[in-house]
Amino acid sequence: MDKPVNNKAWFLVLPVLVLVAFSAVIPLMTVVNYSVQDTFGNNVFFWAGLEWFEQALSSSRLHDALLRQILFSVIILAIQVPLGIFVALNMPKRGFWASLCLVLMALPLLIPWNVVGTIWQIFGRVDIGLLGYTLDKLGINYNYTANAIDAWVTVIVMDVWHWTSLVALLCYAGLQSIPDAYYQAAKIDQASRWKVFRYIELPKMQGVLLIAILLRFMDSFMIYTEPFVVTGGGPGNATTFLSIDLVKMAIGQFDLGPAAAFSIMYFLVIMLISWVFYTVMTNLDKREEMQ
Amino acid sequence: MSDATLSLPAKRSRALPRVNGSAVVMGLYILFLMLPIYWLVNMSLKTNTEITSTFTLWPRDLTFANYRTILTDPSWYMGYVNSLIYVVMNTVISISVALPAAYAFSRYRFLGDKHLFFWLLTNRMAPPAVFALPFFQLYSSVGLFDTHIAVALAHCLFNVPLAVWILEGFMRGVPKEIDETAYIDGYSFPRFFVKIFMPLIASGIGVAAFFCFMFSWVELLLSRTLTSVNAKPIAATMTRTVSASGMDWGVLAAAGVLTIVPGALVIYFVRNYIAKGFALGRV
Repeated sequence: MDKPVNNKAWFLVLPVLVLVAFSAVIPLMTVVNYSVQDTFGNNVFFWAGLEWFEQALSSSRLHDALLRQILFSVIILAIQVPLGIFVALNMPKRGFWASLCLVLMALPLLIPWNVVGTIWQIFGRVDIGLLGYTLDKLGINYNYTANAIDAWVTVIVMDVWHWTSLVALLCYAGLQSIPDAYYQAAKIDQASRWKVFRYIELPKMQGVLLIAILLRFMDSFMIYTEPFVVTGGGPGNATTFLSIDLVKMAIGQFDLGPAAAFSIMYFLVIMLISWVFYTVMTNLDKREEMQ
Repeated sequence: MSDATLSLPAKRSRALPRVNGSAVVMGLYILFLMLPIYWLVNMSLKTNTEITSTFTLWPRDLTFANYRTILTDPSWYMGYVNSLIYVVMNTVISISVALPAAYAFSRYRFLGDKHLFFWLLTNRMAPPAVFALPFFQLYSSVGLFDTHIAVALAHCLFNVPLAVWILEGFMRGVPKEIDETAYIDGYSFPRFFVKIFMPLIASGIGVAAFFCFMFSWVELLLSRTLTSVNAKPIAATMTRTVSASGMDWGVLAAAGVLTIVPGALVIYFVRNYIAKGFALGRV
């Protein structure tokens, strides 16, 4: 679509600009401000230069949190993306059952994040939770508050429970856009199920799948509430992901300088991924218009 | 047409076993999704003694006392009221500023439009953890700490970009000829926008409002950081109870069930747009 150039459109954008500037730029400036200063309280600040950045870059605590975060995001993607595609392929195409599946699948997505944490905290308890109790009765020694592996498994299963439907719903939307003629052509060519998936469904899902992967990566990279409620970052520091560590540092210990430096680097990573996301989106839009 | 009728018998004979396989997969997946929710509902209908002493798959001693506790105690139900107030405020603010902006993005090119659109996206993606402390200080210094409007404004950080992106996705589908015809007919921009354009994208507005509502409702970190007593959201009330008494599982479960209800009620209406909403108006 050819859009006319009209700089008066700025007036329409102005309210958004002012509002988001108030709620994003001012706080971000505060963070930048803190990241280069030191304080001993009483609002007395000293110029600290890049000290906090150097400290943050070399701190093993941050490295560990970052490694845990990356590991977590990779595991999440490795489980949710194939599972999501698989579920989407098996969803009913239309009618009552399709609606029912959509509604039930979307339900976990709409639960407040701390309630998700609470649900799994209860669900996994050995004494009162269905999952913990069953595992215990099966003779599996399971305790997510004491054992790091169990805590990881719980957090990952929880996230799979919470967000796989997002991948599935997006893929489903992609699949819906494939015309029946494609499948008929494949049938005439006697294509196998795998070939249909590989050469018809996968290319058609490519766009939405990229969106799904990026969204899941971003959101898992910023995960805070759910693991915080379930494990509180423990046992020890086993499930202390970047956001949890950051909040601990900033609000728990009031180490403003390092926390701010940390925030800025965190934000830069997010910017980078957002840019990839944006490029994907705009390319998708262009392709849509060409069709 | 003849093609389809020809392939029909073959399709049916092959489709039947596959449908069954799919049904099993979907059944298992939905079972996996529903089990934890079932357990929460189950617990909310039990007494605390039953929860801690025996292990039962359904409440033996069915009780609604947990729900009664929440619905009669102001310190509990005010949590819901507070949440609803700031969520509705946020939705109204987000949609009303996002509508003109989305129109501008979908219809015109202007200086820096792409950068602006991208910058909005980065805010949707920004980790709330980064903003928690500066928000706290910003709103404390302007005297808005522990008010509903503070949380509503803070949630605009991610909801305004979301609303702009979703609405832009819907507006793109409206042909430009409609705008042009209206202008030729002598409509002024505001009148055209309200009378003609908004009804055309009514479903888009509904979806955007739903997602603003949802994301504001599910968020905890910012709303907890920005409130202490007067505007404390239900989510924060729940966490306090976990740490304080630690044993009142029934009430906790009931509170959890009640937070799921708003989403569960409206989900049916937006079921066909869920993917579009989560993908920021694309798909």
